[in-house]
Amino acid sequence: MAAETLLEVTNLKKYFPIKGGVFSKTIGYVYAVDGVSFTVDKGETLGLVGESGCGKSTTGRSILRLIEPTDGKIHFEGQDVTALDKNAMRSLRREMQIIFQDPYASLNPRMTVGSIIGEPLEIHKIARGSEKTERVASLLQKVGLRAEDMRKYPHEFSGGQRQRIGIARAIALNPKLIVCDEPVSALDVSIQAQVINLLEDLQEEFGLSYLFIAHNLNVVEHISDRVAVMYLGQIVELASDADLYNDPQHPYTEALLSAVPIPDPTVTKKRIILEGDVPSPIDPPSGCHFHTRCMYKEKICEEEAPEFKHIGGGHWVACHFRPKV
Amino acid sequence: MQELLLDIRGLRTQFFTDDGLARAVDGVSYSLEKGETVGVVGESGCGKSVTALSVLRLIPDPPGKIVDGEIIFEGTNLLQLSSAEMRRIRGNDISMIFQEPMTSLNPVFTIGNQITEAVRLHQGLNKKDALAKAVEALKLVGIPVPERRVHEYPHQLSGGMRQRAMIAMALSCNPKVLIADEPTTALDVTIEAQILDLMRTLQEELGTAIIMITHDLGVIADIARKVVVMYAGKVVEQAPVERIFASPNHPYTQGLLQSLPRVDKDASGAKQRLQEIPGIVPSLLNLPTGCKFASRCPSVMPHCKEQEPPLEQVAPNHYSACWLNH
Repeated sequence: MAAETLLEVTNLKKYFPIKGGVFSKTIGYVYAVDGVSFTVDKGETLGLVGESGCGKSTTGRSILRLIEPTDGKIHFEGQDVTALDKNAMRSLRREMQIIFQDPYASLNPRMTVGSIIGEPLEIHKIARGSEKTERVASLLQKVGLRAEDMRKYPHEFSGGQRQRIGIARAIALNPKLIVCDEPVSALDVSIQAQVINLLEDLQEEFGLSYLFIAHNLNVVEHISDRVAVMYLGQIVELASDADLYNDPQHPYTEALLSAVPIPDPTVTKKRIILEGDVPSPIDPPSGCHFHTRCMYKEKICEEEAPEFKHIGGGHWVACHFRPKV
Repeated sequence: MQELLLDIRGLRTQFFTDDGLARAVDGVSYSLEKGETVGVVGESGCGKSVTALSVLRLIPDPPGKIVDGEIIFEGTNLLQLSSAEMRRIRGNDISMIFQEPMTSLNPVFTIGNQITEAVRLHQGLNKKDALAKAVEALKLVGIPVPERRVHEYPHQLSGGMRQRAMIAMALSCNPKVLIADEPTTALDVTIEAQILDLMRTLQEELGTAIIMITHDLGVIADIARKVVVMYAGKVVEQAPVERIFASPNHPYTQGLLQSLPRVDKDASGAKQRLQEIPGIVPSLLNLPTGCKFASRCPSVMPHCKEQEPPLEQVAPNHYSACWLNH
C-alpha cells in the first residue's frame, strides 16, 4: 500500500531565547527542538516518545504554529505551513487540531460544553443556530457523552469525560491531523483504556492521522504504527513499533524500553539503569547528545554528532555504531 | 512465621465536607511484616493515600477524622497515643515519602538542614554529627558529591535527585516502616527505574518494610511481594504478587489488568483492542449500597446491588470481596 504523506517536517528547530541582565539581552538559548525531521502518512499514527524536556511537546505545538518555529520546513498536504500568513494559518488549523494533556486546564470553565465545542464551528462559518446545536449533539454522542451534556460546564465532568470533550472539540471541524499531546497521562488506568479506544475508533471512522506525544511507552506502543524516540531536542530513532520494540538500535531506546515497568511479576528482564539525569538543553553535550549517559561511548561520540541514518525497512537511527559493523 | 510489624484493622477515615460525608476509607484492613513490601494499588480517590496518612495520623482534622479501627504498630495502637508520643514515632519508626518532592521539601532550607532536623530531633545528635549523618544518608541514596549537595537548596536538584534526597531524609533515622506514596509517578521512566532499583537495594541492606502506594501495576509487579487492591475506600482483593497477576479473582482487578496497554505483548503479535472498564468510579459522597463496583462490573448480579460482599479467603493467602465466589 503506497501511503500518502500528509505531514512532512524537515529539520524543525525551536530555540527559546534566555533573557538576562539589566537590558534583558539574550544571553543564551534553550535548544528545545534541534533539527527534527519526520513524516506522518494519511490515516497513520506516529508516536513521539521521550522524557520530560526532550522537546516532544514543543515539536507538536510548532507544527500547528502555536509556537513559531525558529527554523525548518513544515509541509501539510504539500503546502508550506511556515510560509502562511495569519489568516491562511487560521483556516489551515481546521485541518490540524490538538488535544492537550490536562483536560482541566484546556477547557474554559466559564463556557458551557455546547459553546466550547460549537465555537470552532462558528468561527469557521460551518454551522450556526439550530444546525450548530445538532452538530454539537452528534459530536457529543460520538465521543460517548450525552446530548444534554452540552448545557453543562466543564467542572461538572470527571477527568476522563473532560478529555472526551476536548476530543469532541478537536474533531468538530473534521480535521485530517490531530496532535495528541499526552492525552491520557492525567487519567486513571481504567479510564485511560476508554480514551485510547475512543481515539482508535475515531481514527477508523474518519481516517484521521495522529501525532501521538507521550512519555508512557506502553501507551505509545499500543496506539502507534511508527514510533520516534526523542532525546534532548533530536530524534534518535524512528521505526515501526514492532521493530522498535523487538530490535531497538539506539542505546537510549534500549535503556528506555528496559526501564518500562511490565505488569507481570514473572517477567525478569535485564534492566539497563542509566546513570545521571538528562543534561540541560541550554548547554547540550558536544557530539552525540547522549554520550554523557551512554554505556557504549567512545571518543568519536564526544566529538562528532552522529548522522540520522536509514538502516533499512523504514528504521532510522542516529548512532555512530549502528548498524553494528 | 514472619514477624508482624504493622497491622491495620477495620480502619475508617471520613471527611466531613460542606457537600456531605465522604467515606474515604471504609473498613480497610491489611498488615505488613518485617522487611516485607506491600503494594497498595487503586485509582485516584480509592483511599490508598488516606489510609497511609491515617497510619501516621496526618489526616487534617477538621474536616477529616479517623472514626473507627485500630493501627497496631509493634503491639501499640497508634490511634491511642498522645500527640507527643506520635511525634516520636513519625519520621523515626515510620516515615513517608511523597509523590511530588518539590512540594514536600521546604524551599528555603538546604537539603542538609532538612535531614539534620530529623536526626537531631529523634536521635539527639549534635550539629556536627548530624551533618555527617546527612552526608552519609545522601551517599547511601547515590547522590554524587554529597559533601557539596548537602548545602544546596531543593531547587538546585533535579526531580530524580530531589526524590533521592526525600528518600535519604526518610531513611536517616533507620525507620522500620517506609510508606512510599507514588514515589515515582512524577518521574521519567529512566529515573523511575533508578529510584525503584535504589529502594530495592536499600530494603535488602537495611531491612526496612515498605508500603508502596501506586496506581501503576508495572511498579507493583516490580517491587511488591503482597498486593492490596483498593476500590472506593475498600480493599477488594489481597494476594501474593504472583497470584494477583496470574489468577486475579475480583472483576475489578481483572478489568484493571486487561485494560493496560503492554509494550511486551503488543509488539509480539497482532494488536488487540484494549478491554475497558465502562463507567467511572462512584463519588465518595454518594456511594451505592451493596458492592461499590457493581455499576461497572461485567458479571453483576441482582444481589450485588443489595448487599456488600465480605472480604473472604478464596485460596491460601488470597482474599477477595465478590459475591461470585459464593
